[in-house]
Amino acid sequence: MPIKVLIPTPLRPYAGKQPSVEVTAKTVGEALNNLVTQYPDLRKHLFAEDGKLRSFVNVYLNDEDIRYLAKDATPAKETDTITIVPSVAGGRVGCIDFLQID
Amino acid sequence: MALKIPNALLDQLREHGEQTYPHECCGVLVGDFDDADNKTVKSVIACGNTRTDSPENRYHIDPAQLIRIQREAALAGQDIVGFYHSHPDWPAKWSSTDLDEAHWTGCSYVITSVENGKAVLTNSFLLLGEEQSKHFEDESIEVVE
Repeated sequence: MPIKVLIPTPLRPYAGKQPSVEVTAKTVGEALNNLVTQYPDLRKHLFAEDGKLRSFVNVYLNDEDIRYLAKDATPAKETDTITIVPSVAGGRVGCIDFLQID
Repeated sequence: MALKIPNALLDQLREHGEQTYPHECCGVLVGDFDDADNKTVKSVIACGNTRTDSPENRYHIDPAQLIRIQREAALAGQDIVGFYHSHPDWPAKWSSTDLDEAHWTGCSYVITSVENGKAVLTNSFLLLGEEQSKHFEDESIEVVE
């Protein structure tokens, strides 16, 4: 039985418009590689040119951030769910359009 | 394209900005996309701002909380359709920081200006394009019953 990978809204157009994809793998890294092999258009949205996960892409194994586990080498089993979630942040700092210069 | 939101939920996200003033509030909009990519908000989920180092002009939502919200939305047959935050004593317009740190293409980013503790304007911006070409477009907010 494969591992389920949940795809967030903005990445679904690159994953056959599906909310989840099933892949066979023994680690999280292998699962992500199999995912982008299956859906090549996803690769540039998940990985930087150096092959590392983009800084704003969070990957969780069940409820744990893989950065605090064994990263790519984190073991994954059939009952696990991998969730990809881009970060959500911002703030008014940088509103230079509204600054007045005397 | 428009963001459809019941009046009570619009009030809810604006009041959140007043409650956290002078700090930025933040939260998630859960609902549905229709075939024309219009979005209808079904619930507004307030989140904590993890940017405790600079909460008056920055916000960040804990990814673990996002994952829980995404999972619960999926169980209800819904999706994350957008996010909201406040700009204390600053216009309800996206900043360069807002754009730099926006990654949910196709989703709405709703911003409320809060002046002296009172919510004033609420605007919505739709994130379009890929990471290298991303940009915000003004999006109308349609208040529904």
